[in-house]
Parts: sequence; structure tokens; C-alpha cells
Amino acid sequence: MSALAAENVAIAFGGIVAVDGVSFSVEPGNIFSIIGPNGAGKTTLFNIMSGIYRPGSGRILLAGEDVTGLEPHRLAAKGLARTFQNLQIFFRMSVVENVMVGRHLREARDLMKALFRFPSVGHQNRATREKARELLAFVGLADRADDAAGSLPYGGLRRLEIARALALEPRLLLLDEPAAGCNPVETEAVEGLVREIVRSGITVVLVEHDMRFVMRVSDRILVLDGGKKLAEGTADEVRRNPQVIAAYLGRYGSKEAARARS
Amino acid sequence: MDGFATMAEFLQFAFSGLTVGAVYALVALGFTIIYNASDVVNFAQGEFVMLGGMVTVAVSAAGIPLPLAALFAVALAVGVGVALHRLAIEPAHGASPVVLIIITIGASIFIRGVAQIVFDRQFHKLPSFSGDAPFVLFGATILPQSLWVMGGAGAIVVVLHAFFERTILGKAVLAAAANRLAARLVGIDTRLIMTLSFGISAAIGAVAGILVTPITLTSYNVGTLLALKGFAGGMLGGMGNPLGAVLGGLLLGLVEAFGAGYLSSTYKDGIAFVMILVVLFVSPRGLLGRRSVERV
Amino acid sequence: MRGIFSKRRMTLLVLVALVAVLPLVFPSGYYYRVAALVWISALAAVGLNILMGYAGQVSLGHAGFFGVGAYAVAIGPARLGLASWICILLGAAASGGIAWLVGRPILRLKGHYLAIGTLGFGVLIALVLTSEAKWTGGPDGTSVARLAVANMRISGPTAWYWISGFVLVFGAWLALNLEDSPAGRALRALHDSEIAAALGGIDVARHKLWAFVLAAVYASIAGSELALFDGFITPDTAGFLHSIELVAMVVLGGMGSVLGSVVGAALLTTLPQLLTVFVEYEQALLGLIIMLAMIFLRLGIVPGVQRMLARSAS
Repeated sequence: MSALAAENVAIAFGGIVAVDGVSFSVEPGNIFSIIGPNGAGKTTLFNIMSGIYRPGSGRILLAGEDVTGLEPHRLAAKGLARTFQNLQIFFRMSVVENVMVGRHLREARDLMKALFRFPSVGHQNRATREKARELLAFVGLADRADDAAGSLPYGGLRRLEIARALALEPRLLLLDEPAAGCNPVETEAVEGLVREIVRSGITVVLVEHDMRFVMRVSDRILVLDGGKKLAEGTADEVRRNPQVIAAYLGRYGSKEAARARS
Repeated sequence: MDGFATMAEFLQFAFSGLTVGAVYALVALGFTIIYNASDVVNFAQGEFVMLGGMVTVAVSAAGIPLPLAALFAVALAVGVGVALHRLAIEPAHGASPVVLIIITIGASIFIRGVAQIVFDRQFHKLPSFSGDAPFVLFGATILPQSLWVMGGAGAIVVVLHAFFERTILGKAVLAAAANRLAARLVGIDTRLIMTLSFGISAAIGAVAGILVTPITLTSYNVGTLLALKGFAGGMLGGMGNPLGAVLGGLLLGLVEAFGAGYLSSTYKDGIAFVMILVVLFVSPRGLLGRRSVERV
Repeated sequence: MRGIFSKRRMTLLVLVALVAVLPLVFPSGYYYRVAALVWISALAAVGLNILMGYAGQVSLGHAGFFGVGAYAVAIGPARLGLASWICILLGAAASGGIAWLVGRPILRLKGHYLAIGTLGFGVLIALVLTSEAKWTGGPDGTSVARLAVANMRISGPTAWYWISGFVLVFGAWLALNLEDSPAGRALRALHDSEIAAALGGIDVARHKLWAFVLAAVYASIAGSELALFDGFITPDTAGFLHSIELVAMVVLGGMGSVLGSVVGAALLTTLPQLLTVFVEYEQALLGLIIMLAMIFLRLGIVPGVQRMLARSAS
């Protein structure tokens, strides 16, 4: 059974079709990438998969279960986590607290016990904080745990979002341009993280502009153009697909196409 | 009750509703103009209405002819509006919407407090512009001043429409409202536009205050409720939509008049808020509000 | 930051010390009265801070719940023969219940729309209290029977100083406990990004609703305290201006800071007392103070001072 599948998913905003009948399926334990020029509908597709938009038609299946139109927090409870292209950091909180929030579903959440500070609440806080620190160490932010989240550099914020998403202990992780704005060294670090995450048994779906990165890590790649599926296959298949080459050549010139082939 | 009397009663309520509604519409219009130019919800909008009435009363009591006194009151309100923008809103640049709301509420308390010191705490009246002799239309009695209010409101809407559609400055205001950054890039002085918007809104509020004072009387504290109801009217029409503001204000006035007439006058002031809660619950962005898609 | 000197414990310690030590420096009984008024307002502000400071949801009608609590102890004993303390609980339950009922639709609104929605709701409560004169005494208000426990009447500034001080410390303790719990983290998270919070598994609507209910209960109990303390209550306590004062307390003291809410309440409660010398100028000065504070102290007093201290320490 696939970890995630889309069946004929479509959505339109005010008459403009952003995603037009896209289908694909992601095998468990894979890294599945979605690429395409700007405006191809990648992030919109992500927003549909994570329950932020309800598709106009079509279905989303999470581990075989129809989750179309389910609210984001219910999807999270079913093991889906994601990061955001436009960072969604809790800037009023410290770095470690951001990750602690991600532990929400793994915590006992009795309001009365919290208000009256039952001893279990304190114990749990310590355990949550410990786990959050481990995750921060995993993404390389251990020494920044108690800093204000806003004080992190851009690349650090991207990794913080990954740590927060992992805190959920998801089965499926959606990464929305995890290397955007990162320099080559940071990108390499993100790549290492993604490989590590998959090795731990989590399925990863990725939207990314950095073609070298995508071609290196992906098991399968879905190419979108104008909201439609242009091609799907392994890195090699996609690279050789004449339609993909045409789309990239036609729109972006030889440089990107050459980069995609290298 | 026979059919004619019922009809007359209905018309009576409709006219008083439209009169009050015209005032709400002007307050709502003032809200909308400032909101579009600066994203500020200006709770001091009602104080412009109060200033229009109170200053005209005070100046004409000093022996100045009514038209001159009214002109002076409008000019003073514009001055207060400009000062509000330059001294209170601009220094708080970048503050959250809630903080800006509280600043304008602080301003309204301040203006009211000063008015209470400068004038007094009594109710005041202005003479009707063209006599108090009511005329009868299909059995409903209508005050000439009501026509002044409705006509005045209509004239303001027409003039504003011409200003926005026909003049370069008006188009600049619209451009700044649509996209502030883009407006700035094409050389529009958005700061001036914002100040101008506060001035225009103040003028509209003051005119509304002058027109309606002969009917409803005025005092230093009429502003709060007017601001709330004008805001409710603007919200009904969908924040940021001038036409919606006018329609929302008129609708609110009508519903209030009919509600007070047919149901209960005790809760007349509550009708606006029940209505707005119902509208917001059904359509969280108002009747004609723009839909927005959440972007992440 | 953690351990014995956690922010939570420090805040509590400061509050307990304030309540315990202040009477030693009071030159007259009048000060007990002013301080009791401060503790009562502070309780409402600490509650509103859960909604506004933690969760970032504004309420411009919160005095409505304050009014419900106040009128519960006015009407219950006089008309229904209930004991005052039972009416405090009934008022709190009614406020919480009303908040729970209207909270879901109201809290779906955002920004300005939330502001006008809560405002309209608050105005409606005040309107009911003004209009149902048969029960409430109408716009002129009504007298409130004193609190009695075991046939002993509790009145006077000194008694109320200690009662309101204790209730405030207790309320602050609950709020601080909440802040440092999964629910508190959820509230603070959704303040910054509802979408990220939701995808972290947080039921955003439910958490906002509970914050609203808690804030309503705090306000209601504060309202009951004020009514019992003053022995008289008018619909103004539920009115728009009082709602604004409560919001200003939270923002002035510093959104999200329990100590800030207390400081904000202290400032906005004592200033009018100081200004009574200039009765005529009270409104103008109050408006001016609110404006200046919002323009120049946007971060709020307590977080502002904390940041300054942190800078000079490092």
C-alpha cells in the first residue's frame, strides 16, 4: 500500500485552475519529489495534501485511508507532518519550545491537571524538553536551544522547522523547499538530514527548486507544469523526458536544463 | 388598523430609518476611507461627527452665521483628523492592528474629554436649515431636515465618487489602497495620501454631525455609539468596500427603525450588534467583503 | 531559566511578596481600598491575558463577563435568596457557559472582525443589564448585599485587600501553570501561526475556545469581587469603555506576561485615583495616557524592562 496517494486532485481559485487532475502515489520509505516552474501548483498541491485547502475534486489517501478535506490537526494525528516554504516559526517562543510544541500529540493534555500543576505535568514537561533537545541535536541546533527563535539565521530556521515536524514522530513528512535560501554548505546539511530521516523509516515528499539536490536524493520525481502532471519517474527518466526538457528549455533556457542533466 | 394607516406607519419608519441610516453610512464611509488607505480601524470616527455638531453650535452661538460656523467646524475636524494621523497613527508605524485600534480608542476618549472641558456636558440643538414645518407624504410626516441629511449624504457620495474616479489625486488614493508598495514605486506619496484620507474622513464625519444635529441634538459623548454603529455598518457591507459601507449604513438604519417600531424600542441600540454578529457568523468577512485565500 | 528560579516561580514570588508587604507601607486605610481595586482589576487582566497575551485573540467586549459576575452577586442574593458565594460560582459558571456558546462562532473571526464581533457581544450584555431594569435596577445601578460567611459580614477595605490579593495570587498561579503546559504552549504557538500549530496536531478552534472560557471566568469572578466590595454596581462595569480599559491593561503591561497584566492593572487603576484632583480633565488625561502608552511602550512595560535588564546583564 502506498504511503500517500493523490487521485485526480484538482482545485481552482476564482476560476483559475491551480491544480488540474493530478494523480501520483508515494511508496513507503521513499523520497518523492515534486518539481516544476514557479506557478506549476507545487505548494498548492502541498496545501491540499496537508488539509489547508480542500480540493475541488479528487481524493487524497494517506496509507490507504481517504483523508480528503480532513482538518490539518486530524491529519497530524494520522502521522502527517510538514514544513513551510514561507517559514511558520513561533517567534514568541524559544528554539526548544518551538520543538516542544511539535510534541503536542504525544503529550497528556488534561487541562485541569495543567491548571493545578499536577506533578505529572512537570515530569512530562521535562521529558518533552529532553526529547526536543535530542531533535535539536539531530538537526544541529543543540547549542541554540534556549535562544529566542527569531535569533536563528535563515538556514537554522529551516532546520528548526524540520525538528519541529519530526517531534510529531510522523510516518510521512512533507518538506516544502527545505533548501530554499540556503548556501551550498547548508544545502548539503539539509540533504544529509533528509537521507537520515528516510533511513529512520519516514516517507518524505519534497518540493524543491535546487535541481542537483532533487536529482541526487529522489527515488521518484513528479514534474508539474501549469497545474498538470507533465511527467513522473526516476531521476534518470525525468532527465531524459523530452517534454520536461522542452518545458525547462522553453521557459528557463539551457542553463537550468543543463543543470538538471548534470 | 386600516391599510392606509399601516402603509403610513411603514413609510414613517422607512424615512426615519433612512435618515439615521444616512448618518451611519457617512460614518461607515469615513471608516472605509481610512481603512483602505492605512489599514487602521479608526474608532475616533464618531468624534468627528460630535465635533461637527458641537463646534457649529458653539461658533454660531458666538454670533457667527450658521454656514460660516459649519465651515469652521468642518475645517477644525479636518485639522483634528490630520493631527490624529500625524501625531498618533504615524509614530506607531508597524504596530499590530489591535494596538492601532486601542490608539484610536485612546484618541476618541481624549477628544471627548477635551470637548467636555471646552464645551460642556449639556445637549445642544441647531436650528433646522429650512424650517421645522413637516410635510406629509402618503400619511407619513417628514421633517425638511431629514431631506437635508439624506440629500447631503447623497451629495457627499456623488462628490467622493467623482473625486476617486475623475481626479488624479483620487486615483492615487485608490492606487495606494489597492497596493501601497506598488503605489510608492510609481511615485505616489503614500504618507500624504494617508493624511489626506484622515482629513477627508474627518470632513465627512463633521458634515454628518452638522446635518443631523437639528434632528437628534448633540453632546460631547454622542461619538462612541455612532462610531460603533458606523463600524457595524461598514462591517455589514464588508470592510474596505465604500459602496458596501453606504449600503450597510443605510440597511442598519432601516433595520433599527423597523425593529424599534415593530418590535421593541428598548433594544434599538442592540439591533446593530445582533445584526452584525449574525452576518459575521454566516459570512465572516461581511456581506460584500473580499474573499481571501490563506497563503503559506 | 529553569529550576527554582523559573519565570513561573519568580512571578509568583514577586506577587506574594507584593501582597504581603504593601500593607506595611500604607499610610492610611484609603490605600487598602485602592490596592484592593488594583488586585481585582488585575485578576480580570490576568484572565484576559490568557486569551490576548497567550493566544493572541483580542476581545473588546470582555467587560461583559465582568458585568455578569457583578450582577450575579447583586441579583442572586436580593431576588433569589441565594448566598453570595454561591452566586460568585453561578456567575462564573454562567460566564463560562456563555463564552463556550458564543466562543466558537466568534473565534472563527480574525483581526478586525474578531474585534467588532467581541465588541458587539459585550455591548449587547451591557445593553441587557441596562434595559432589564426590573432585575438590574437599570442605568442607575443597584446595591449589592455584603458578602457573609457563617453569619459574619465581610466588608471594608482591609478584608477585601486580603481576599482580592489571595484570589489574584491564586489566579496568577493557575495562569502561570497553564503557560508552562501543553495547552499553554499550544495557545502561544497558534498566536504566531495557526497553520503551523494545526499541523503540529493542535486543535486550534478548541484551544481558542478554552482560552475564551477561562478568560470569561476570571473576568466574572473579578466582577463579583468588585460588586461585593463596593456594595453597588452600575451597567458601566460591563460597558465598552471598561472593556477597553481591560485590554489596555494587558497591552500596557505587556502581552503574554502575567506580571505585566498586574502592572498594567495597577497603572490604569491608580492613575484615575491620582487624577481625581483634576476631575474635569480625567477623561482627556486617560485618553492621552492610553495613546502615549500604546505609541511608545508597544512591547509593554514588563517585557520592555525585562529586555533592558537582559541587555545590561549580557
